[in-house]
Amino acid sequence: MKKKKLDKELIILGVVVFFSLVIYLGVETYAHSVMHKTVESEKYEYKDLAALSKTGDAVRGKELVTGAGACTGCHGIESQGMPAPMDALSAAGAYGVNPPDLGLSGVLYEEKFLAELIKNPTKALKVEHKFSADSPHPMPGFAGAGGDLDQEVADMVAYLKSIAPAEYTNKQAFENACARCHDMRYMKMSGLGDTPKFKFEKDTLAHKIKILEYKDHLSAYMGSTPPDLSTIIVARSGSFLTTFIENPQSHKEGTAMPRVGLTEEGATKVMGYLTESGDPAKDARNSLGWKVVLFFIIFTVLAYLWKQSVWRKLH
Amino acid sequence: MANFKKATSIGDWFDQRLGTKKIEKIMASEYWIPKNINFLWAMGMVLAITFKLLLISGIFLMMYYKPDVDLAFDSVNYTIMAEVGYGWLWRHIHAVAASVIFLIVYIHMFTAIYYGSYKQGREMIWISGMLLFVTFSAEAFSGYMLPWGQMSYWAGMVITNIFEGFSPEIAGGMLNAPGLVEWLRGDFVPGDAFLTRFYMLHVLLLPLAILGLIGLHFGALRIPHVNNQDGEDIDFEVESKKYLAGDTKGSKVMRFQFDFLSKDIFVLGVFLTFFFYLVFYHFTFALDPVNLDPANGLKTPAHIYPEWYFLWSYEVLRPFAKDPGLVAFMFAQVAFFLIPFLDRSPNVAPANKRGLFAIWFWVMLVDMIVLTIMGKLPPEGIFNVIGGVAVWTFLGLFIALPIITMLEKKK
Repeated sequence: MKKKKLDKELIILGVVVFFSLVIYLGVETYAHSVMHKTVESEKYEYKDLAALSKTGDAVRGKELVTGAGACTGCHGIESQGMPAPMDALSAAGAYGVNPPDLGLSGVLYEEKFLAELIKNPTKALKVEHKFSADSPHPMPGFAGAGGDLDQEVADMVAYLKSIAPAEYTNKQAFENACARCHDMRYMKMSGLGDTPKFKFEKDTLAHKIKILEYKDHLSAYMGSTPPDLSTIIVARSGSFLTTFIENPQSHKEGTAMPRVGLTEEGATKVMGYLTESGDPAKDARNSLGWKVVLFFIIFTVLAYLWKQSVWRKLH
Repeated sequence: MANFKKATSIGDWFDQRLGTKKIEKIMASEYWIPKNINFLWAMGMVLAITFKLLLISGIFLMMYYKPDVDLAFDSVNYTIMAEVGYGWLWRHIHAVAASVIFLIVYIHMFTAIYYGSYKQGREMIWISGMLLFVTFSAEAFSGYMLPWGQMSYWAGMVITNIFEGFSPEIAGGMLNAPGLVEWLRGDFVPGDAFLTRFYMLHVLLLPLAILGLIGLHFGALRIPHVNNQDGEDIDFEVESKKYLAGDTKGSKVMRFQFDFLSKDIFVLGVFLTFFFYLVFYHFTFALDPVNLDPANGLKTPAHIYPEWYFLWSYEVLRPFAKDPGLVAFMFAQVAFFLIPFLDRSPNVAPANKRGLFAIWFWVMLVDMIVLTIMGKLPPEGIFNVIGGVAVWTFLGLFIALPIITMLEKKK
């Protein structure tokens, strides 16, 4: 009799769980698979770009990168004692967006992406639809310094890799790869870098005006102001962010956002920074969660034993 | 004046003044519950506790939330999530509980329908329960506005638009309410006035209404007593006397406290284990990613959909043109209230012992689930066809209910 009753309760539980699961799978798993385009990740391999065919020489690369009229005419390499020729705001005024410091490029960006970027920026960045001979990309392609173009490019990439640090932070990765277009207000970061604390309000406001001016240049260059990324890690799925960073055109055809060309490690660091901002409680959640769940498992077992003892007098 | 004696204990002191012993008997130790029930009868307790979780987490969230269109989003996503100690925990509890409470409400409702717990004197239990469902829906909707994300804004826009009423051409414009939408919003589009009034509704007026209705819902149980899983007509007078006389095994009833409560608490334990698993490890279903983008009136999201628990009634609206859609939608809101009167059979029994009604019940359940899933999917192609069929089935089921229950044989 008692056994039968328990069976009945389990059948009812089965029915309840079954229908709840159908609803869940329908409105979450299935509906989202229909609503969101699935894009296969290419694991940051950039298969459309050719691999480097030559072995680079960093010493010759240095001459090419830092020579007259070369990369450092616009880009700084702070770590090598070469500050950017212009401050961020003036650079944005001149080029539309502040050109990145090259100190991290060798680790942050995939080498074949860098090589293509040097030769043919719009192809590497996948923004050919935005620029033409009449309105060229602000970064001119490198046409060669008189020798073998592929060898020279390989030398430049080798130099960038030789100066890149072995260790770098999530924040540095984000600052170099994303922050020149995207603000992170939760991390107090803008296109001008970290927003400092000022003693006087007029300085705070003056800095704010500079940020707004930077954004005006950026918005004129990009067509609209790129969104703040403070909560993006929770506002998009992981697979969306990965495939969007790999190739923005795969999700939004015609978007002004360039391909970033991150290495897998670089992308992981960027995602890490996005998580620090948008999901700051992740570690606390995971370390507390199992304890709370375990507490309730024990609670349930004790409650069951108590119920059994109370019900013994009823049946 | 009553005759007060020197109290023999603290309990006695209170009893002489407040009648606490009598209250305790009425509410707990001599509140009689039938024995032939299953764990579905514990859903009331599960709901009460989930509501309490919402209330407590809501109070903590309220301490940091800012009902201002410029501050709301960041007060939730930055202040509460990053700066306030355990703010994230309160928010997750609040969001997950708000979603899960509807799952339990639906289980509770379908339990009542299955066992016929809305007739033979139990009509007011059902009606007060449906009133709770409606106020909870309003509470959920108003709460959904508060984080002021993209879905808050756009769902607010879509739902308040419904109050425009019928097209002005219908019935000489009598069913059209010009200006009502703007009056509700306090603006032409959802804005600061809109957000602040929904905040007031969410934290004051609707919770007050809910607390009152919970009292009514409990009170409505008092006279007809709670139903049981066999639809058996139990003489509570006789059975409770048997229990008090010592025949606890022979009596068909048991005390609420602690006989039934011990089972309630066990079921609650199972529920809370599941609940906190969701809170910590599986919460995205309750925190829609679209709503984690700040509200932007110039950028319509690709898909606008309500939270899962409103999807079925949203789907009822969708396959039709504006005016018939509104009729169908209003019908769907009212139809469940009428179930005690649409069911013409006097039999109180589980659906599987009621012939055609058994088919009606399962078709209704499956149809509601189909409506729910179709309500989320984009209205195109085959989904439109399935959704349309499900809506007509839904409407047809309510029309069929009086007929099939009239045909039902009396027990």
